[in-house]
Amino acid sequence: MRSLKNHFSLIIALLSILFSIQTFVVIQRALEAYEQNLLKNYSVVVVSKNDIDKNEIMLMDSSIVDVEKLSPDSVIKRLNTGINSKNMELLKLTLPRFYQLKLSHYPSPEELNKLTENLLFNDAIMKVESFSKSHNTIYKLLFLFKNVILVFALVVVIVTILLIFKELRIWQFKHSERMNVMGLFGAPIWLSSAVLFRLAIVDALISSLFAFLIFSYLSSQKFITDEFLNIGIDVVVFDKIEDTLFLLGISIIVSIILAVMIVLGHKEEA
Amino acid sequence: MVKVINAENITLSYSNNETIINRASFSVDSSDFIFVTGASGSGKSTLLKALYGALKPKEGSLIVGGVELFGVSRSKLNFLRRHIGIVFQDYKLVKEWTIEKNIMLPLLINGYDKSVIDNQVESLLKHVRLQHQVGKYPLELSGGEQQRVAMARALAHNPIIILADEPTGNLDEYSSQLIWNLLESANEQLNMTIVVMTHHIPEYMKVNYRHFHIDKGNIHEVT
Repeated sequence: MRSLKNHFSLIIALLSILFSIQTFVVIQRALEAYEQNLLKNYSVVVVSKNDIDKNEIMLMDSSIVDVEKLSPDSVIKRLNTGINSKNMELLKLTLPRFYQLKLSHYPSPEELNKLTENLLFNDAIMKVESFSKSHNTIYKLLFLFKNVILVFALVVVIVTILLIFKELRIWQFKHSERMNVMGLFGAPIWLSSAVLFRLAIVDALISSLFAFLIFSYLSSQKFITDEFLNIGIDVVVFDKIEDTLFLLGISIIVSIILAVMIVLGHKEEA
Repeated sequence: MVKVINAENITLSYSNNETIINRASFSVDSSDFIFVTGASGSGKSTLLKALYGALKPKEGSLIVGGVELFGVSRSKLNFLRRHIGIVFQDYKLVKEWTIEKNIMLPLLINGYDKSVIDNQVESLLKHVRLQHQVGKYPLELSGGEQQRVAMARALAHNPIIILADEPTGNLDEYSSQLIWNLLESANEQLNMTIVVMTHHIPEYMKVNYRHFHIDKGNIHEVT
């Protein structure tokens, strides 16, 4: 019971840190997936007087990753009212060329303006359609989400630091007596702080185990995955190997830092 | 005679620069039993701290167990402390450890084998008459019993010197006498050098002792 009580305070602090971090990771993943989803359905259309080589277009801006020439057949079909095939071919030659550009990432309005500028720099290009109005609305929404997440992350960091310092003071008080007594009998620093490091690592392992159980349970809940599917994205809420190792690493690093700070801050009574 | 402690013109002060001990010189031979007396605030505890290296002399030379404490390194200080036993008025036991673990602490630090440690702890518990309290924590014991645990811990690793700061200051007459008997037997039977800081010297002490007195920052031997 005594030993459990000793462990409990740090485990709770570590667990809240891990919970906040994993929540942030999941939201970040969801945001990235949503951004990818937007990017998949988004493209810029370029209208050109004559044929341009795909590679030439790709060289115009580094964000262009793919170029697809749009066939004018569907437009011509609509005009096909008694025009003979010879005239039809002639018409095809006089029509402008349409190219659909795929981008490496969902661009900001500034990046989109720059891309339009770069494309229009080529004399052959008559028009660039970037659907900027709807793009800007979506981008601003995404930007708002990102900022909200950033603020959330900042709050998590501040709360984490406060939790760590609170825990640091408790630990300093709890362990200084033993470290002092051991020091009186000539224990080297590694020996007098060994208990502290052992406790830190054990607590890190226990809190990671709790985090694993909590997130494994949450990720198996249908209502959570359904929430993401409803907005058209498929997000890994908790990767049992990768995320567990990540949380374990964070947990061990935080508790070791805590132990090191206690050891460094420890002063022998004089 | 081998000098276990040799102080030459030592000045001791804390960070506020108020001088507690001023250019004092004295020496303690092996197997000596020393009482250091003085009024409250005279500097007894300050001197004790200097003897185990918690307070470094501002001036002078202080050699304990062959180690110069003026500007001593941490590793040398640890080495010295592994050969010193210390007893405090407030016991300084680790509360979350059982009394056996408290007693075995110096043995663990000195790297003794488990079998040696177990035997030594068992025999020390008998020696300080606490064999019936095995498995208990310090706060479950009376003040006198806690001080006996501290005595057992100080004796555990057969130190060359035992430093005691008001070891009976908080104890009743019966417990005080037990502590003095333990210190006397450590000196007479194990030839340990004993230095005790105290307000007064008990009348029933049988051992031949030397008496130092601290007054106004000076240390002088009472003959």
